[in-house]
Amino acid sequence: MDILKDTKIDFIGKRYYAFIFSAILALVGIIAAVFIPLGKANLGIDFTGGVAIQLKFEKPFAMENARSVLDKAGFKDAELQQFAEGNQLLIRLKNAEGELKVTSDRLTEVFTQSFADNKFIVESSAAVGPTVGKKLQKDALWAVGISLLGILIYVAWRFELIFGIAAVIATFHDVLAVLGVFYIMNKEMNLLIITALLTLAGYSLTDTVVVFDRIRENLRKRGKEAIEVLINRSVNEVLSRTIVTSGTTLLVLLALLVAGGEVIHDFSLALFLGVLVGTYSSIFVASPLLLLWKVKRGRLVR
Amino acid sequence: MSRSILWRFVLIGFFFLLAVVLFLPSTPLSKSLPAWYKDNFPKIALGLDLQGGMHLVLQVDAEKAVENQVQRLIKGMDVLLKEKKVALSEIKSQGSEILISYQSEDAKMSLEKVIGNNYDIFKKISEKENSIIYALTDSETKRIKEWSTSQAIETIRNRIDKFGVAEPLIHAQGKDEIVVQLPGLKDPERAIALIGKTAVLEFKMVDEGGDLKKAMDGQIPEGDELLYEKRADKETGAVRETPYLIKKEAVLTGDLLTDARVAIDSQFNEPYVSITFDSEGSRIFSDVTGQNVNKRMAIILDGNVYSAPVIREKIGGGRAQISGSFTHETATDLAIVLRAGALPAPVNIIQNVTVGPSLGEDSIRAGVKAAIVGSIIVLGFMLFYYRLSGLISDFAMVLNIIMLLGAMAWFNATLTLPGIAGIILTIGMGVDSNVLIFERIKEELRTGRTVRSAIDAGYDRAWWTIIDSHVTTLITAAVLFQFGSGPIKGFAVSLSIGILINLFTALVGTKMVFDLITKGRRLERLSI
Repeated sequence: MDILKDTKIDFIGKRYYAFIFSAILALVGIIAAVFIPLGKANLGIDFTGGVAIQLKFEKPFAMENARSVLDKAGFKDAELQQFAEGNQLLIRLKNAEGELKVTSDRLTEVFTQSFADNKFIVESSAAVGPTVGKKLQKDALWAVGISLLGILIYVAWRFELIFGIAAVIATFHDVLAVLGVFYIMNKEMNLLIITALLTLAGYSLTDTVVVFDRIRENLRKRGKEAIEVLINRSVNEVLSRTIVTSGTTLLVLLALLVAGGEVIHDFSLALFLGVLVGTYSSIFVASPLLLLWKVKRGRLVR
Repeated sequence: MSRSILWRFVLIGFFFLLAVVLFLPSTPLSKSLPAWYKDNFPKIALGLDLQGGMHLVLQVDAEKAVENQVQRLIKGMDVLLKEKKVALSEIKSQGSEILISYQSEDAKMSLEKVIGNNYDIFKKISEKENSIIYALTDSETKRIKEWSTSQAIETIRNRIDKFGVAEPLIHAQGKDEIVVQLPGLKDPERAIALIGKTAVLEFKMVDEGGDLKKAMDGQIPEGDELLYEKRADKETGAVRETPYLIKKEAVLTGDLLTDARVAIDSQFNEPYVSITFDSEGSRIFSDVTGQNVNKRMAIILDGNVYSAPVIREKIGGGRAQISGSFTHETATDLAIVLRAGALPAPVNIIQNVTVGPSLGEDSIRAGVKAAIVGSIIVLGFMLFYYRLSGLISDFAMVLNIIMLLGAMAWFNATLTLPGIAGIILTIGMGVDSNVLIFERIKEELRTGRTVRSAIDAGYDRAWWTIIDSHVTTLITAAVLFQFGSGPIKGFAVSLSIGILINLFTALVGTKMVFDLITKGRRLERLSI
């Protein structure tokens, strides 16, 4: 069975539209990458330091009540999030001053007093000191840098340099695109999201490698075919496997997204978007990039 | 069956059975397994995010440890200098430095001689009129700082062992940080109080002659300090503070005790902590109480007065009791920390992640559900799209998951919630390898090759593509393992083990099945 057979889609011809689209995606990502370390984003308490407490109430409660109770107690900066399932409330207090334990004790105390007829248990709590937050931020940046470098070295070693560069640009593009989308959606940036971004950096290369392998193979037995035609043909030849491999991964990620629970929802979303963008970029970004090189240098390695 | 196929069949079968044997003790089925089996095999550990528990990062106040050590050294130095009859007017600590004032030039010379001969851990850092300031050498400061971290770990481990938590994990991180992981903990508050308490126990005399009123206005007499007794009313919960003017010098400290136990006061039916001193402590205690009859002796823990009873008579036998408004629980914990000893310096909690057991259960349930749903969808899709070949890849996928779980049990790996996500991702990626191979085989078939040679060509040509795509993911997994902590490490572990097993099942496992099917007969068509 085949979903696609002998397609002859002119991907290369549409490269300028793709470049514009990708440039916008990447630009948003770059803006996010600049603003996030500056703290002008929805950073998780892993990075800012602070307190997060998840409460599970016996009975349903009104968000306005929770809000006003916290305001009265002097926690005006507290961020609240309600989980539909099981009457749960997540309270986050970023950049909390003073001793963490005192702050988290105060938070639970406030609710014990004000919600006397609605008992709750503390499902989870996290308190991160400001120095830890700084360290985790630094670690995350190192991790991103080292893994991208590692990928660049490996791909450059396995392919000719231009393939390596094109693949890494496409990978950067994918990571930036997801980062940008998350930034616009005002999703919380935490260690788990960074993990997802790094994972998709590794994974999004899969599709690119599939396409590049084919281009390289076709280059070896190239006749008089123009390079544009050759790249187009290669992309079309591997199109169905690109779509099926991404499709199966998307299917499991979709299951994770829908059924995996609150804690890893955003993590799954980042991976899901990443695989989507990664598939697009291996077709529309990575392959045409090889062509740009040719225009500049007047040749493509044979 | 040819030898090559048989050999591979045996290999795969062996790995499969091994994985099942390894994984079984980690499943709910383990309850019905014989004890020798389930107790002697490694198991997959559940991360704190799945089984609930507490993850603490503590920072030792190393500067304070140095100061404490200097304080201790001063006492010995004072005694030595008096023995050698050096005419001093003052010897006192200033943070981690010691200021010694002398009375004459002769005294200065003998002072420098005594210090030079006996204390090579001190160096002179400055000289003023009639005084010299000494500080610890850099190497000694460093040694004390390192010692304070390792000593604190030792003490905390001791306390937790006495408190009783299954499989606690305590280790150093960086220079002055301590990671404490307490899985399945029921009462986080109590554990924090137990771990975080410095537990310096001191016996000091109350300054009976001093003016408490003036002291509270800020005029504290030289050599005294103002400390408070905090006592919560059992009914109202209101805290009452009683001030005491206390002589700074401790007459006796907690490092001289050998035991601490909870006992019940027969008169008020209230728990108290009974402590027993060692022989030196007993001697000092009996001397001090003998000399101070009818005066008050304050019992102070971490700067808080617990009680300040009046000494009625000389107390021999080396026993004392600490009373306060204890519950049975707080008395037990105090006895634990006193027995385990004081921390060399205060510790600050700089990170605390606590997960309740019910959240962990919910997470496992959601994760397992997602994994099952995801697997079924993908299994179904492959069967539908590739028919018989899809069935072969489904077989590889099941093999893959079982071997992954077996390997995780073998390595005693920790499964975390992101780790479950890693396993699910591995399912998706494992299928990818087969898709690449199948599509290649299809393509080769279209060029008119025979089934046999198309299969071989498909595997050959897809080989490097599969290796390349797996290695790049492996690189990021390795980086994540290095930099990540807790849950993220768990993700890196399951992802990288999964990737390696993927390579095996995709390149060896499914190939064997294809070889088995095509061996010895000419297939005209392949269901793919």
